[in-house]
Formats: sequence, C-alpha cells, structure tokens
Amino acid sequence: MDAQKYLNEIKGRFPGTADAAPERIKDGVPALLCPAPFLFEIVKYLKAEGFNYLMDLCATDYRDSLEVIYHFCALETNVKLTVKVRLDREKPELASITPLYPGADWQEREAFDLLGINFPGHPDLKNLLLPCGWEGHPLRKDYSRKPDQYD
Amino acid sequence: MTENTLKDKDGFETMYLNMGPQHPSTHGVLRLGLVLDGEVIIKAEPDIGYLHRGMEKLAESRTYQANIAMSDRFDYVTSMNNNFVTALAVEKLLGVEIPKRAQYLRILMAELNRVVNHILFFGFFAMDLGATTALIFGFREREEALELFESVCGARLTYNYFRVGGVSRDLPAGFIEKAGNFVKMMRSRLKDYDDLVTGNVIFQDRSVGIGRISKEDVLAYSLSGPVMRASGIKYDIRKDDTYSVYREFDFEVPVRENGDCFDRYMMRMLELREALKIIEQVLIKLEPGEILAKVPKIIKPPAGEAYVRTESPKGELALYLVSDGTANPYRLHLRAPSFINLQILQKILTGVKVADVIAILGSIDITLGEVDR
Repeated sequence: MDAQKYLNEIKGRFPGTADAAPERIKDGVPALLCPAPFLFEIVKYLKAEGFNYLMDLCATDYRDSLEVIYHFCALETNVKLTVKVRLDREKPELASITPLYPGADWQEREAFDLLGINFPGHPDLKNLLLPCGWEGHPLRKDYSRKPDQYD
Repeated sequence: MTENTLKDKDGFETMYLNMGPQHPSTHGVLRLGLVLDGEVIIKAEPDIGYLHRGMEKLAESRTYQANIAMSDRFDYVTSMNNNFVTALAVEKLLGVEIPKRAQYLRILMAELNRVVNHILFFGFFAMDLGATTALIFGFREREEALELFESVCGARLTYNYFRVGGVSRDLPAGFIEKAGNFVKMMRSRLKDYDDLVTGNVIFQDRSVGIGRISKEDVLAYSLSGPVMRASGIKYDIRKDDTYSVYREFDFEVPVRENGDCFDRYMMRMLELREALKIIEQVLIKLEPGEILAKVPKIIKPPAGEAYVRTESPKGELALYLVSDGTANPYRLHLRAPSFINLQILQKILTGVKVADVIAILGSIDITLGEVDR
C-alpha cells in the first residue's frame, strides 16, 4: 500500500497523529486521525507530496464530538488518503484549507451552515444552503425542527 | 454583500446586476450576483440554496432501500446514476457480491442515462446560445430513451430501479432489440447534431475560446467529469478507479485541450459515442441469470463507513455513507459534481462579458437539484 508510506511520514512529523479505526473503514482507503491544530500543516504537506485533488470534504456529528473528513487523491498515481479531525462539539473550530484548495470553499461553507463548524481563514464564511438567519444546524443529531403549518 | 462599494478601474461606480433567482437560462433556481463595469463582469457571486430540501438530513430517517428511491431526486436528469452510487455504497458496507447479470443491467442503465443526459445537454446548451431547433432534436431522442426506461421500470423520470444487491426487474421481452435500434438510430442522429450545431459558424463564434478553464484551476477547484477532461486531464473514474464491471468493456476516454465552452460541448458529444459503444457491448454480453443477490429483508450493514465514487455524466458522483448498525444510515453525504463544478463560476466569470455568462454556465452542465440537495 503506497499511501501507508505517507501515513508513516506524517505520523513521524506530527505528534498526536494516529490511524483512524481501520476496522470501521470499508472502502479500503487508509485514514488518519490528526489533531486539529496540525491540520493545515498536514494538508500543506500532502499537497506538496502530490495529493493534488481534494475529492470531498464533509463533516459528521458523532454526538460526543464532530468529525471533519477530507478525502484526497493524487491523480497521477491514484493514491488515495483520508484525513479526519475530531472537534469539540461546543466550540468547533478548524483552520480553513480554502487557501490551499479553492474547491474547499463551498464545502466548508456547507459544513459551517449545516453543522456549525467554524473555519477561521476562510475568505467568506457565511450561509450557503440555508436561508439567512436560520437558527440551528440541521445535520447535528440534536437538532429539533420547529413545527410548521403542516404539523 | 459588498457590491456597490466596488469601483471599476477608473474609480467610477459599478452596477450590480441580479441575474435570477430563476433566469440563468432556467437550468433551475439559481441567482447570480454580478458586479458590472459597463458590460464586463468584475465580480460574480453565485447564490444557491433555493432548492435545498435537506436530503442529507432526510436520509437519516429513511431505510437504505428508501434512500435509493430518494436518490432519484438528487439530480433528476441522471436518476439511474444516482441509484447506482447509492446501491454501490450500501453494498460496500454490507459486503455482498452482485450477480453478473445485475452488474451488466446496471451498466446498461447507467450508460443509457449518460446518453440521455448528454442529449439534454446538447439541447439546452444550444438553447442557451439561442438555437431552438437543437432542443427539439434533443427531446425527440430523449423520448425514445425514456420509453426504454419506462418499459423496464415503469417510470420516466424517477426510476427507483436499483436494489441493494441487484436490480428490481429483468428486461421485458424485446428490450434488447429495441435498445439495439436506439443505438443505431442515435448514431445516425449524431450526424444531424453535428451538421446542425457543431459545425455551425454562429455556434462556434459563441463558444470557441469562451470561458477557458486551465488545468491548474481544474485541480485546484476539484472539477470533475467532462469539464475536467475538456481541459486536458485524462481521468475517468470508470477507467482509472474502476468499479462494478467497467473493466470488461472496451471504450475510450476522450480528452480535449483548450478547456473552453466549445471543448466542453465536444466532450459530451464524444462521450455520447463512447456510451453508445458500451451499451452495444452490454447488449451482446448479457446472459440469463440472477438479477438480485441474497440480501436480508431488513438491511442493517455493520457499523462502518465508506466513500464510494462513480463517474456520473456530470462528473465525480460519490457518496460518503456512515452506518451505525441500524436500519437507517447514520450519515449520508453526497459529493455532487454539479455543486463542486459550479464553484468555478466565481473565478472564470471575472472579466467576461454578460452575454457569455449563460454560455459558460450552460457548458458546465449543472442540475440545481443536485447543487442544493
């Protein structure tokens, strides 16, 4: 597995980085769980190493914490890598990678909108899918919908 | 928003033009906020979300099979491809083997849907540039393809044809012959398409050299599908990160160099021919057999997660699916190609004339249902 080489390299350089529960991952792409303060540097390193394509960026609410998941791919070699970050649910904050991958722009805004994750460093972090002034973050598990005229 | 504080290069006030919500040639409900210096755009801001239905949230309260039915509504032009990725993702979590015939049927339907999408693109793109006949041509051929779909699954738009473990029904009698005729008919019609639009001087004037996207931008903005290949990056998930049984089929991945509107149009026309090639091969290879694997009545995949990518007609359509062992997904995230491809507008509309906005938007080929989800 070629991606394993990068994993070991990152684990050596950035303390606190670990493999993310491999038995849970069914698509066979190695995943890395990294501490939030190092994320920007790790992504910068990956970009320099040829992971030139950000396939997807999304977030999940795991009730005790929020998880942001980055799926990277190096198009020339077809090596894929997943990077995960666990965030505190009360004050979720994670450096924006939009300066490195402009394609992350709307995906980060979506996570901000639907899960309430703050991305300092993002050029224009504001609502994307929900109307302005919408209260709450629908994709959080404790989100309760206000009753409307159909209820 | 900061619109009117922006000044043009001579320090004069700019004009803010609100395109939409609705117009951008009615690919759906989209609003473009344009800051103009005369006729030239100095800042463009697409505003989306008018069609947001909260599908990722809805998915969490639906069973896996019901999610396949819902996936029809992601991008309502390519329902079969949406079904495909949803079924593949659930099967990845479940770890089931799919019978051979079901695999072939899936590819047959996905490629037929690719043909339908590209025919529609042909019609709408020409329509965006002011040619109405092409749209009528496109809809005429689409009708024939929809009849094929209708004979298989009873629906014309929301097929709900895929099942976890296979497909819902086998082909009706005479389908193979009808599909073969469709391929032949389509090939001859493609000549008409080229005569009517591709070689047309006015069409070329409006599209050649317009809305160039560089290779670097393609990578930086994570563009995928025909938009990516029109800029000279030869990457097709069906070939380079293959899934299902695509490796058994012989087809080319067309690629163009300029990355302008015309090349993006040509990409679709070339891919259409490749899709027809695949359909023909499937029709020959089809053998009788099972169409549904043995899966439990109530699908409860073991806890885990998977990111499954496929090549939809619009680009990389992928699903990030998390299961917690219950009958409903814990999290379903759709990586929608239209959503990500649309971001490039902010960059390439700068410095472009207003008249070209619709040409550029049309050439990216988006469905707002998928952008807003």
